[in-house]
Amino acid sequence: MTSQRTLIAALLIVLALVAPLVAYPVFLMTALCFALFACAFNLLLGYAGLMSFGHAMFFGMGGYFFGYVVKTMGLAPEIGLLAGVGGAALLGLVTGALAIRRQGIYFAMITLAFAQMVYFICVQAPFTGGEDGLQGIPRRALLGGLLPIDSDRTLYYVVLVLFLFGFGLIYRVIHSPFGQVLKAIRDNEQRAVSLGYEADRYKLLAFVLSASLAGLAGSMKALVLQFATLTDVSAGVSGEVVLMALVGGLGTIFGPVIGAFIIVAMQNYLAFTGEFVLVIQGAIFVVIVMAFRKGLLGEFSDWWKRRRAG
Amino acid sequence: MLDIFSIPLPALFGQLLLGLINGAFYAMLSLGLAVIFGMLNVINFTHGAQYMLGAFAAWLLLTNLSIPFWASLVLAPLIVGLFGVLIERLLLKRIYHLDHLYGFLLTFGLSLVIEGLFQWKWGSSGAPYPSPIAGGYNLGFMFLPAYRGFVVLAALVVCLATWYGIERTRLGAYLRAATENPTLVQAFGINVPRLITLTYGLGVGLAALAGVLAAPIQQVSALMGTNLVLVVFAVVVIGGMGSIMGSIVTGFGLGLIEGFTKVVYPPASNTVIFVVMAIVLLVKPAGLFGQTK
Repeated sequence: MTSQRTLIAALLIVLALVAPLVAYPVFLMTALCFALFACAFNLLLGYAGLMSFGHAMFFGMGGYFFGYVVKTMGLAPEIGLLAGVGGAALLGLVTGALAIRRQGIYFAMITLAFAQMVYFICVQAPFTGGEDGLQGIPRRALLGGLLPIDSDRTLYYVVLVLFLFGFGLIYRVIHSPFGQVLKAIRDNEQRAVSLGYEADRYKLLAFVLSASLAGLAGSMKALVLQFATLTDVSAGVSGEVVLMALVGGLGTIFGPVIGAFIIVAMQNYLAFTGEFVLVIQGAIFVVIVMAFRKGLLGEFSDWWKRRRAG
Repeated sequence: MLDIFSIPLPALFGQLLLGLINGAFYAMLSLGLAVIFGMLNVINFTHGAQYMLGAFAAWLLLTNLSIPFWASLVLAPLIVGLFGVLIERLLLKRIYHLDHLYGFLLTFGLSLVIEGLFQWKWGSSGAPYPSPIAGGYNLGFMFLPAYRGFVVLAALVVCLATWYGIERTRLGAYLRAATENPTLVQAFGINVPRLITLTYGLGVGLAALAGVLAAPIQQVSALMGTNLVLVVFAVVVIGGMGSIMGSIVTGFGLGLIEGFTKVVYPPASNTVIFVVMAIVLLVKPAGLFGQTK
């Protein structure tokens, strides 16, 4: 089993390395940004049992912080990424501390409401550029000028490294003692509390962690596409990330990545249908909730297990 | 704060009236949301879309069949309510045994489908709906457009009637009992599944009625309920879903607060309800009228 896993991981990495030779790099980079975003979301829902319906606020604000630091303040992209992560973490700390005061479905509604508040603030605040957003964020060279990223192909590898860093971090967190406690809280909060774990602290830390990684994903997207807009802080994107995690499989480590690639590809290829993309997304939600609640990866691994057993 | 006194009274009361009207919609929507949640354990994300459907039904009835506003006031909620019954029978019924999360996601998906279809067919710019009552009254301190006064009164009557129906009638007693303990109520020979369907239809009908009332004030557009439902979620968190009267009071109250903010500090008018929500979460996490469970 372990050797099989290593093999799959090695195959995937080779695939990721050669991908820009066959596929359009900007598409791959966008998909990777959303994949990290979906993994960050899944860390919260799949492993801590916290359903945030406002994750776009961290993703979108990450992009704005990056854009502001790099374009308006004229600093290096690395500082922009740090600002995106730090800003999203801070926002996560404030909203998370309030949201974890309620449980279950209320938690989802509260995060949704806060995200809407952030959206309204972004519409009006001077530093976001309002309806226009921040456009033409320069792609300055990385590592103090040593690594120019004007070429999409070079940038792809930078984005891949950042993604792998975030993904690896999530993997480590899930398999750490901290991750085990999170799962315990998800499965039976009262029991975990009775065993002496301060559930709220764990939840808040998981929330901040997830928010920071969503912020990183948002900053990466701004780095790639060179703009930050209101769309990325809107409720629509909060819904999209839920859909990505759901399509791939909640609580599976790799599922959200698959989900993100599918949804981003779908949006690219169906963009010509206009509003109809929303209809299709909604229909996928309905079908998954009604029939495939485990998502692609979850259903597949079930089928695989059945096949091996039978 | 001295600024308030330099604001001309008509402007202040004008905004307060607008706030009251918004509050009327918040109250009707959060009421339906609370009733549905109590019975179905589902947060009905489709509520905003169903509000929009109410307005659209009225508009389509008027433009295609020349059915006047007053008839639509009854017809549109019925049509949309029946549509809700269909959703409950076909979809929601099958997921009650699951975590609340799935109901939320399912109804979210449904709202995307409905709003997407309407946007696709009719675009996102709104269509006007003529006001059924022209004119207004000069109250001395402000001018009151007759229709707007009617909306506030109508919403108040509908809310109180719903409260009466649930808290004071036999059917309401069944409903409350079934919310507490469905198995026991079923054992007493009451058809609980039908009661649940009825409740969903009623909640959806209320949302549609709010939509019909809103049609002459706002434009009838595919996305008119999208942002509204998010604000109503905040209203529900603030009020707590435990009490019917609580939903009504919170809805109207927050509408007034919003209207007042528009006068005192306009840029914050969009966000003030969310700020109130944050404060309530700090002070009384269960909500103003909620019980801690």
